[in-house]
Order: sequence, then structure tokens, then C-alpha cells
Amino acid sequence: MKVLIPSPLRSYTGASEVEASGSTLSQALDDLDRRYPGLRFRMIDEQGRIRPHVRVFVDGEQVFDLARPLRAGEDVQIVQALSGG
Amino acid sequence: MPPTARTARARSTSSPAKPRRRPPAGGRLALLVATRKGAWIYLGDPSRRRWEVRGPHFLGQIIHHLVLDPRDRRTLLAATRTGHLGPTLFRSTDLGRTWAEAKRPPAFPKAREGEPARVVDHTFWLTPGHASEPGAWYAGTSPQGLFRSADGGDTWEPVAGFNDHPRYAEWTGGAQGGTPNGPKLHSILVDPRDPAHLYLGMSSGGVHESLDRGESWTPVVAGMEVVEGFDPANLSFHDPHCVRYSPARPDRLYQQNHCGIYRLDRPSTEWVRIGRNMPRRVGDIGFPLVVHPRDPDTAWVFPMDGTTVWPRTSPDGKPAAYVTRNAGRTWRRLDGGLPERQAWWTVKRQAMAADAGEPVGLYLGTTAGEVWASRDEGGRWACLARHLPEIYAVEAAEADGVR
Repeated sequence: MKVLIPSPLRSYTGASEVEASGSTLSQALDDLDRRYPGLRFRMIDEQGRIRPHVRVFVDGEQVFDLARPLRAGEDVQIVQALSGG
Repeated sequence: MPPTARTARARSTSSPAKPRRRPPAGGRLALLVATRKGAWIYLGDPSRRRWEVRGPHFLGQIIHHLVLDPRDRRTLLAATRTGHLGPTLFRSTDLGRTWAEAKRPPAFPKAREGEPARVVDHTFWLTPGHASEPGAWYAGTSPQGLFRSADGGDTWEPVAGFNDHPRYAEWTGGAQGGTPNGPKLHSILVDPRDPAHLYLGMSSGGVHESLDRGESWTPVVAGMEVVEGFDPANLSFHDPHCVRYSPARPDRLYQQNHCGIYRLDRPSTEWVRIGRNMPRRVGDIGFPLVVHPRDPDTAWVFPMDGTTVWPRTSPDGKPAAYVTRNAGRTWRRLDGGLPERQAWWTVKRQAMAADAGEPVGLYLGTTAGEVWASRDEGGRWACLARHLPEIYAVEAAEADGVR
């Protein structure tokens, strides 16, 4: 599947769009982390929760559950609220 | 707490700490400046008059601490995060030319059912391990957690003896929440005579000592005051801001606390409020504290306005360091060269540092993004850098292999 990467995470991927595989969102993120080590922990905390200002969408629908199954043809978009200042 | 056999043995076998050796040819004084929006490194010439700037590193990232390994004098660790991404650590083995992210940054274990699920918000403090343990590092986090690395900061393990201590919640007031920007574990001190002997300080939690490399801990808070009306027996009300030992006499500790300046001479366990001897109109509230590298009776503080709503500015808009030369019996104001009026910045707990020069050089990083330096132990200050983001930490270190 295609994964859309927001600018704060492109230091890991070097690209705005990358490939990942997995049958759940969590597996897809694990696969991304294998390809781009460290990326997952910046998005998902040690308790397995999506960090406060990170948003994940699957085919345009916001997903809060990392166990969400991914079907063939679905793409993932990672979005960040650029909080701070 | 009574003195222990371990403490007594450490004392009886101790010899006065040797002065730090001078840098060999090629060694450069490096000022490591960590800010709310990145890090900068200033390299000084031997006279400490001219400084070459390297940076920014990590522009836009929040850098809580940038520390050079004194054992190899070229490895840097940087504790970073952003407003939206999780906390991590970066390492450089070439003084900042290249950086690599830690494989496993500090993180609490996954909580079991019914346990509080602690999440590291940021790594706040970094301390190199003992000279005899190359590659050992300690990290203090917010919320309060103690972590150790044995591989130069690449992978980190929780120090369970502290993080899972049965009295952790009682000491810290609970895992999350607390002071602004989260409660901190800071001032991790490793006894230069004994790698198993540690101290740490916590905003919301007091000062604690371990004699067994962090497996067990004892509070050392007798004599420390808390905000009026609260119970000093409740450790979560204790708020040390910065705890330092004297490199020349490691049994002497100094502390800048939310409630004053203190000194502790081990094996005594009773802190003495030496800040009572500060001028009344200035008070003894502040964040940083620095001890002279060779003279245990000399220490510097940088007071701030801790009245009413705690403006956290210089008192009366007139910034000054204060020095004691007699272990806190008297204090002298050091404001030569600093703005005389209408300067409303202050200095955070990691943002005041000393070098090992003769005389000692002192460095301040301000909340207004200025670095001030003194080449004469605080007698005269000069602005070394301005227009940086808010400064969180300044470290002075001798670096090798600068190209």
C-alpha cells in the first residue's frame, strides 16, 4: 500500500510517499519502522497509543485503532497537527 | 538517614579529586547550547575571547539537553522532541558533524492490566556515567523516570529500582501531570569515587540517593523546606531545581530549590538553607547552581523573582549572578557587564555552566536567547551570542578532534 508521509517524518523516509505492507494498521507501521527505523516511536508511544498530535487516515477516514484491518487497495495517510510554536 | 557502611567506606578510601587535566593540542572549549528550537555549538579559542559558531543542529526541534562525553571528548548526546512527534535521542561521534538516532530511546515498559500507563514525554536530563564505565549514560525524563544506557546512548533500559519503586507514586505524586511542562527527573549525579553511588533530584519528589547503582533508593530531604502550609513529610511537595556536587569534594552537595538554596555535607543528611544569607530584596529563589571545579567553598547561583505569581524574571529587571566563597555564609553580587535595568530574562536550571579554566569561565543561557560569558569567575560578563531561541541548557566541555 501507499503511505503518505507528513513533512516532520520525511527525515526518516526521504520521500513524501512510501510503500508498506501489512494486514493491519499496526503491522503496516511495523513494516514502515523496519524500512525507516525510529519512525514508529515518533508516532506511537510505548503504550501503543497514537501520540496526541498525530492523525492516521485510511482512505480518507480517520482511524484510532491500530488493530484496524487493511484491505487490498487501501492507502494510509499520516497527518500531523503542527502544534508547538 | 544514618550514614551507611558504603558511604563510610567511600569516604575513607577517597582522595581529593584531581584537577581536570588541560586539553592536549587540538582540544577546544565547546559551549553546547540547547534551545527550544534547536542546538548550537560555540567553539572557543584558548583565550576564550573568540568563538566560532556551529549550527543550528536540529533546527525547530526542542532540545532539552546537549551533553559531551568527557571520557572520549567527542561523543555528543542530544535529547530532542517536537511539539507533535515523540521524544528521542540523537548521537554524534564526531562532535556534531553527523548524527544518528538512538535505536531505543528512553521509554517506559508496556503497562500490565491495571497499572498506570507511563509515557515518556521528553528526556530532560543527560548524565555521562562513571569514568570507569565507558559508554554508560543516565537519562532523566518527564514524567519522572530514570534510564540507563550501556552502549553510549544507543539503547536505553529503565532503571527499575527507581521507576518501579514501591514508593514511586508517593514520592512523585503520580506519573503524569504536576509542574508546568511535566514533572522532571534531573540532577543525576554519579560519585566520581564510586560508580554505584548515585543521587538524583526531582521537581515533585525531592532528592534521592542510591548506593547500589540504582537498585535501591533513600530520600535525602531533611532540612529542605516546602511551600508554606504543605507537609514536608510528603515527598511530592519537595521541589529541588538543581543539585550539584563539588568536583573537588564530592561529599559536598549544593542545591537550588523552589524554596531556597541549600548545602549538604555528607555523611550528614541534613540540608542547611544557606540562601538565608542572600540579600533579602533578592531572595534565594532560582533554578541553576554551579560549583567551582576546584574549590568546594565556591558556588554560583542566578536568582529570579519568585514572589507573588512567580514572574520567573530577573528580580526588579536587574539580572545578576551571586557567588559564595565560603560555602554559603556570605554572598556577593556579580553583575558587571550585565544589563543594569529593564532586562526581564532569567536562566533555567541547565543553562548555567562553568569551564575548568584558571580562572574559571562561567556561561549563562537566557530565556531571551542570549549567551553571556565571564572569563573571571563572574566578575565581568560579556554577551557572546544573542537572538537565539529560548535557551534550555548550556554545557561547557573540552572537545577533541575539532575540524
